[in-house]
Amino acid sequence: MADQSSQHDPITGTETTGHDWDGITELNTPLPRWWLWTLYGTIVWGIGYTIAYPAWPLINGATEGLLGYSTRAEVAEDIARVDAQNAGIAATLASADLTTLSRDDPAYQFGVSGGAAVFRANCSQCHGAGAAGAVGYPNLLDDAWLWGGTLAEIEYTVTHGIRNDQDDDAHWSEMPAFGDIFSDEEIGMTTDYVLSLSGQDHDAAMAEQGAVLFAENCASCHGDAALGDTSVGAPNLADAIWLYGGSRADIEYSITNARFGVMPAWGLRLSDEDVKAVTLYIHQLGGGQ
Amino acid sequence: MGAQSHFQGRAAKAMTDPANSSLYAAREPIFPRDVKGKFRRLKWAIMAVTLGIYYIMPWIRWDRGPNLPDQAVLVDLANRRFYWFWIEIWPHEFYFVAGLLIMAGLGLFLFTSALGRVWCGYTCPQTVWTDLFLLVERKVEGDRNNQIRLLKSKWTPRKIRLRLTKWTLWLLIAVATGGAWVFYFADAPKLFVDLFTLQAAPVAYSTVAVLTATTFIFGGFMREQVCIYMCPWPRIQAAMMDDDTLTVAYRDWRGEPRGKARKNEAPKGDCIDCMACVNVCPMGIDIRDGQQMECITCALCIDACDEIMGKIGKDRGLIDYLALSDKPRERDGHKPRSAWFHIFRLRTMLYTAAWSLCGLVLLYALFIRPAIDITVAPIRNPQFVTLSDGAIRNAYDMRLRNKHGEARAFEFQLVGDAAMTLRLEGQTGLETLVPADDTSLQRVYVIAPAGSAPATGDRSELRFWIEDMVSGERAYKDSLFNGKGTQ
Repeated sequence: MADQSSQHDPITGTETTGHDWDGITELNTPLPRWWLWTLYGTIVWGIGYTIAYPAWPLINGATEGLLGYSTRAEVAEDIARVDAQNAGIAATLASADLTTLSRDDPAYQFGVSGGAAVFRANCSQCHGAGAAGAVGYPNLLDDAWLWGGTLAEIEYTVTHGIRNDQDDDAHWSEMPAFGDIFSDEEIGMTTDYVLSLSGQDHDAAMAEQGAVLFAENCASCHGDAALGDTSVGAPNLADAIWLYGGSRADIEYSITNARFGVMPAWGLRLSDEDVKAVTLYIHQLGGGQ
Repeated sequence: MGAQSHFQGRAAKAMTDPANSSLYAAREPIFPRDVKGKFRRLKWAIMAVTLGIYYIMPWIRWDRGPNLPDQAVLVDLANRRFYWFWIEIWPHEFYFVAGLLIMAGLGLFLFTSALGRVWCGYTCPQTVWTDLFLLVERKVEGDRNNQIRLLKSKWTPRKIRLRLTKWTLWLLIAVATGGAWVFYFADAPKLFVDLFTLQAAPVAYSTVAVLTATTFIFGGFMREQVCIYMCPWPRIQAAMMDDDTLTVAYRDWRGEPRGKARKNEAPKGDCIDCMACVNVCPMGIDIRDGQQMECITCALCIDACDEIMGKIGKDRGLIDYLALSDKPRERDGHKPRSAWFHIFRLRTMLYTAAWSLCGLVLLYALFIRPAIDITVAPIRNPQFVTLSDGAIRNAYDMRLRNKHGEARAFEFQLVGDAAMTLRLEGQTGLETLVPADDTSLQRVYVIAPAGSAPATGDRSELRFWIEDMVSGERAYKDSLFNGKGTQ
């Protein structure tokens, strides 16, 4: 391949690149001219594009482009458009009586879908993304409700919250810390009685004495049969659900120190339709009454 | 230019002449002459059928009942449905489309191994539309010689009139091409009116515009450049052909030495070097140079040469469908072998078998395809819920599919440990209504009483059945129940 004349393919007469594999030489066939113009065209287009649209990075930010386009503005437009589309159904939901709202009503479907988003943004931090709660934060999926599980009761709880200073209508109740009232032995007796209510291991003799203490000190809120009272947020002590744990140590701690959680008044933070939406969502998670 | 093709000739000139050495070559205009013959007739027939299918298909009506579109072939992107006469494909059945693509691939392997670039020569849209554009060009400007004269002539009023007529007709064809495409994606009669009354969606107009531009440019001006430079298929096909593949070839042992027979000279071959084969070639090549990448095997040179051979009283087939393996045999004086000999061989039969197998599997899948379906997504946040009486509850999101053209009630049934019971969110019974040709989401609870085996155990197997209350069709999905043991 040293000879200059052999740089041309004998059959086509085309110049070769000089590359040779197993006797096959690579031809240096010229590109079509239109291909070159297409390349130039894309370069011109590319430069024009960076002038028309945000492109060149500067020290603070980037060039804005002659068309004034921004993805942020586009998202804002999209949100505004969807909000405008939903304005009618949102107003229907905001003024709806949830207890009479049919499940086939488009406003119901809209509420459940929208409520899921409201829940994830505002409620899941305490109640969990799956609404299963945690120690001290109620599970919203089960059939036990401290303050009631009907649509009206859930809406009230969401709107006004629990034991907060912002809303005068917030649910309010406080269990005394019996550590100041009972002796250690009395706390033990009461604990055995509470354990007996839910069928757990207990000392029968201690529980018998605890029953007397319970009737005198606890039954006013928790009820004679310890089934709780949703009007004062007193939990049912005879079921299988324990907000702060159901072991002997947990129950002893609860009696000694008392426990109660707080919840913000969401009526002060969310729109009417958001409150109703999240109410509908919570109600259909499996525990709604 | 002799034995060199236009393309190679230009390239060679550009590269061998040091004074005119350029890395880029302008397109050499090609003026394929009109030709008559059996392959030309076949190509006209294929053009009529393929274009007919393309333009007419979206206008065929097919009654599917009140809730569904009545267009026989419709790709409904907004509602994610594909309709083909009596078949309706949902997105989750996209494997049918994948299967058809596999069949299309195997079909191309089959045709390429048997007949070379028969797709390129007869059915490729680029070939069909270019052929149509060439037809218009000949009707307006006349045949090859007139076109060459017109190209060289000054811009006289006649030339301007002919050019404008040609371009207008091309543009009308291009608009009709782009316009027909969008009818596959919406109700054709309605969209037709909408397009003209400016009521159609912007995407419909932009699609028509893009396809109009590509049809006009590719069919009118780019033509063979698309095949040579833009299409990957010629390169792929070259790898799929073998010595027994039928391609268009020149019987050089019969034709050479070419030239007109003169007195007092030794007898020459059958080729009289009339250039008919070169003049009719839409790719601008000379088939007598042998197999080359530009050849789309449209067989028009066969027709052109056969006509000449008839006139000079020689046998047809100087240019013919031949396999590489035929050449040494025929050179040694053997008789030509039948085309069927090359078509029926192990390789093509294996491709046919694979293609048929794929088709049978798809047909079988199509016939056993249920009209109702269920998918189960167990809710795993949380794994389970403890109820106040100590029972353990699992929740499942069920997607119910109803492909009937009317709303249907589905009844749920649970098969598993006898202690478990079923409850539907928002329903009092075990039935739920699914809208016509749609899906619905239903949350389902399975409850195992306190102390029962599934409640205290680890994972228990269960099976959900749904039954269409009208037709009695049933479908099921298996899932798992999480007991306290999973904690």
